[in-house]
Amino acid sequence: MLKFVKNHMESIIGIEIYPMISLIIFFTFFIALFWWVFTAKKDYINTVSNLPLDH
Amino acid sequence: MDMQQFYYDNKIVKKFIYATLLWGIVGFSIGLLLAFMFLFPNVTDGISWLSFGRLRPLHTNAVIFAFVGNAIYAGVYYSLQRLLKARMASNFLSNFNFWGWQVIIVAAAITLPLGYTSSKEYAELEWPIDILIALVWVAFGINMIWTILQRRQRHLYVAIWFYLGTFVTVAVLHIFNSLALPVSFLKSYSVYAGVQDALVQWWYGHNAVAFFLTTPFLGLMYYFVPKAANRPVYSYRLSIVHFWSLIFIYIWAGPHHLLYTSLPDWAQNLGVAFSVMLIAPSWGGMINGLLTLRGAWDKVRTDPVLKFMVVAITGYGMATFEGPMLSLKNVNAIAHFSDWIIAHVHVGALAWNGFFTFGMLYWLIPRMFKTKLYSNVLANFHFWIGTLGIILYTLPMYVAGFVQASMWKQFNPDGSLTYGNFLETVNEIIPMYWMRAIGGTMFIIGAIVMLYNVAQTVKHGTGVEDELAEAAALTKVSKYRTKGEGWHTWLERKPIKLTIFATVAILIGGIVQIIPTLLVKSNIPTISSVKPYTPLELEGRDLYIREGCVGCHSQMIRPFRSEVERYGEYSKAGEFVYDHPFLWGSKRTGPDLHRIGAKYSDSWHLNHMYDPQSTSPGSIMPSYKWLIRSALDKSDTEDKMRAMATLGVPYSEEEITNAQAAMEAQGKKIEDNLQQDPDFAENYASDKKYAKENREEFVEMKNREIVAIIAYIQRLGTDIKVKDKQKTAKN
Repeated sequence: MLKFVKNHMESIIGIEIYPMISLIIFFTFFIALFWWVFTAKKDYINTVSNLPLDH
Repeated sequence: MDMQQFYYDNKIVKKFIYATLLWGIVGFSIGLLLAFMFLFPNVTDGISWLSFGRLRPLHTNAVIFAFVGNAIYAGVYYSLQRLLKARMASNFLSNFNFWGWQVIIVAAAITLPLGYTSSKEYAELEWPIDILIALVWVAFGINMIWTILQRRQRHLYVAIWFYLGTFVTVAVLHIFNSLALPVSFLKSYSVYAGVQDALVQWWYGHNAVAFFLTTPFLGLMYYFVPKAANRPVYSYRLSIVHFWSLIFIYIWAGPHHLLYTSLPDWAQNLGVAFSVMLIAPSWGGMINGLLTLRGAWDKVRTDPVLKFMVVAITGYGMATFEGPMLSLKNVNAIAHFSDWIIAHVHVGALAWNGFFTFGMLYWLIPRMFKTKLYSNVLANFHFWIGTLGIILYTLPMYVAGFVQASMWKQFNPDGSLTYGNFLETVNEIIPMYWMRAIGGTMFIIGAIVMLYNVAQTVKHGTGVEDELAEAAALTKVSKYRTKGEGWHTWLERKPIKLTIFATVAILIGGIVQIIPTLLVKSNIPTISSVKPYTPLELEGRDLYIREGCVGCHSQMIRPFRSEVERYGEYSKAGEFVYDHPFLWGSKRTGPDLHRIGAKYSDSWHLNHMYDPQSTSPGSIMPSYKWLIRSALDKSDTEDKMRAMATLGVPYSEEEITNAQAAMEAQGKKIEDNLQQDPDFAENYASDKKYAKENREEFVEMKNREIVAIIAYIQRLGTDIKVKDKQKTAKN
């Protein structure tokens, strides 16, 4: 019964690499993001977060 | 340091504020009319352009694009200039944005009731209007980026990232989902068919919610909540994580609108996984918004602006908690197609978008007109009647959703459905529809009180003028990172690069989901018995699209025992290969129609369209009398078939040339079937006689619209009906 919706991707050559690429993209993306956020300087954060109140 | 003087453009903000108020009332009112149509289905009897199916897209478009759209522009044009310390770069583009958008809204308000629709939800407008939308949207983006380039403030505040993310993503979504082949000035066919059309549509549809109703409002939240509370955002670090993770993840979530449908499983599961993940950035943003009020909660007691904003952000939190829950397949099995979804979207629309807009306007208007708000009492009244309205709207719809789903799935011990007649499940929830209509009325009363309050404030204030400001020009800095400068700090002073990175973030999700589905076209199992529609059926399908039948009827039987028992064999991907556009629908106010073909006689359908309550007592379907009287326009049939052939539907040149004859023959056959009903034969003969005696033009039944729509309905789902089951299984 599920034959209509299963196995769609298997016919694509080299499909195994897709999940690997996805994992790497996500992992690096979020690691870089958190690394930047945690190392940002306090002065800078204060300046920028006060921008809306600055006028 | 050299100070430069310049003026903030306040007049454009004022225009957008007025447009927001006007279209808000219009959009809500159409919604209220629709709510009452559930109770009095024939309240606009016989007036085609005021029928439910045509007004529903007008309501959704008016609220999303007219009300929320103008509110976004008002807030962005106000905050962007101040955050950048620069006037909008081009007065022409600002005004082109304003007037162009209003022209689009008016065009929608004319074409949708007249039945010109692509039928794709929130993208119903036909191709010339789509092109105009693209132009106006690009003008908005150019104006924004141009202003950013002329800024006098080095750092781009997080609100601006949200605006940029909104601009690029909506542009991408709109263009790809609207790709269609025009047949005539106001008729086109989606280039995608069936499963692919569904995937692209809900990739768009979900992200219309994400990038039109959410990201721009989050940008506004990051500006206006600190302004109203007079303190900086709770955590700027959190806002950075919020922005990047939200846009990165949101774009993947679309397929959760298609769970248990014929969409390939991998795409469904991908949608579920990302939807569940979305709760993290969404709640991060909500917490960031609410905690901005730390130490200022006492103000929430007295300041109507903050009251509105707190309920808005709470509504955002509720809707974004519910969203991931609804994406779980077991929850979705209950909620999908039911009124639960109506409750869900209205928590978002009424609370998050509606209340945030109200809060923002109550804050903006006194400042723009240099006065105080006319009446805090009225604003508080608006707050309370609006909040109660939201509660009274949504709670009964949740109950209705559960009742529907439970009744649809209830079996007797002998294996038959307990509520085999769909109408039983409709009539059970009529009291809920009443409560919803009352809740909606309260919400509108609040909005009208606001209109009065605003009018009085404007009357007592002074005219809006462009505001003088002063700031130093930016000094040139190396295009490379300076010593000790962080990577993201550098990125923030590089707006174009920031925009490009944001685009990359949203494209990854789109590409991974869409491209394989387009590539695996050959893998959507073709079913040899599935044939293209006959010319008359094709015309009937276009009438089905014109009347907005898809607003209340799905064409997607999910593989559940309860649905197979009620409607018939579950829907297969291969059955939709010629469906440009797909018509799966998203709501079952009435029953699913995918296997309706050959279930009832032609006469039954005619009587049902003429007076639904006569064939189905208690039905809340409105009558479609005009279909029975109007002549079918067959002038474009060949062009339509050619367009379909271009899109890959295998119509031969012979079939196209013989289209008129084929329609005549199929129409005649249906007319003959109708003649077997003695009541019909008698009425039809007397009509004919009357027309002859009065020398009026008489359209033969075989040439009327009703015959085409009957032809289409009778065809639905019959390609693989029981007799072919064996064959289908083998293919």
